[in-house]
Amino acid sequence: MAEVRLPKRIMNSGGWCQGCGHGVVVRLIAEVLDELGVADKAIAVEDVACGSMSMSGVLNCDAIMAAHGRPIPVANGAKGARPDSIVYAHLGDGSAYSIGSAELVHTALRGDNMTVIVVNNTVYGMTGGQMAPTTLPAEKTASSPKGKDADRYGVLNVVDLIGKLNATYIARGEIYDVASTAKTKAMIKKAFQNQIDNKGFSLVEVLAPCPTNLHMTPVQCKEFVHTEATKFFPLGEFVDK
Amino acid sequence: MSKLQIEKTRCKGCGYCIEVCPKKALSFSGEISDQGYDTVKVDDALCIQCGACYRVCPDYVFEII
Repeated sequence: MAEVRLPKRIMNSGGWCQGCGHGVVVRLIAEVLDELGVADKAIAVEDVACGSMSMSGVLNCDAIMAAHGRPIPVANGAKGARPDSIVYAHLGDGSAYSIGSAELVHTALRGDNMTVIVVNNTVYGMTGGQMAPTTLPAEKTASSPKGKDADRYGVLNVVDLIGKLNATYIARGEIYDVASTAKTKAMIKKAFQNQIDNKGFSLVEVLAPCPTNLHMTPVQCKEFVHTEATKFFPLGEFVDK
Repeated sequence: MSKLQIEKTRCKGCGYCIEVCPKKALSFSGEISDQGYDTVKVDDALCIQCGACYRVCPDYVFEII
């Protein structure tokens, strides 16, 4: 059997909670950067949230930490200053779709050449599990203890938000099992390839478990994301120009 | 012959690898890590080195070398 080794850019495991999906996403990014041969000129722009733990001795890559919700415009600026670099924003659903939604919409509207990886776990993770725009109907969170009233607050699907703007590629994957993880990796690879080819704005959303804030065991939470979250956030490639 | 290597100090005992293992070669060892997690162990007689555990592990515990 062939050897299976971690990407050289992965230095250690992160400080994430038990069962957090961010670790898998960071590994997929590291594998894709290696395979495309762009790891040396990659710049990660991290959010002030769970994803930023990849900066603390996990991924050996140039990185900038942006203010909360603002990795997309910071990545845009980094790409503008260093057009030869491969710049990606790595952020969560609360950051991309709520706090940084204006920046997301206008970057997609302009179709700026960059890659955005959004980890959607249906809650604000780092701040303590509050309700996010992506929280599912009736899902209990720290700020919706009786369950989310979806008639009042709605559920935001990013494809509805920016699908008709000038994005080049919008896809959604999950990291439930080996097959879905491989599909998600192919999406992430395409998002980076688009940037290398100067094709424009690419966004990949990855559905991921957050067992700590959903108050489940990791395996239960993964099952919940696979069965419930995919009802509201279907998987696939929605824009591919 | 390659073999599944387990970096137990990184394991947080989420159990994803145990769920995904097609040969049921992985199980909790009962050994508690310094971080306080129950870590996994492998039965080398059952393991076929398919790499499924590597692909789902969020904490980079596995390599096949």
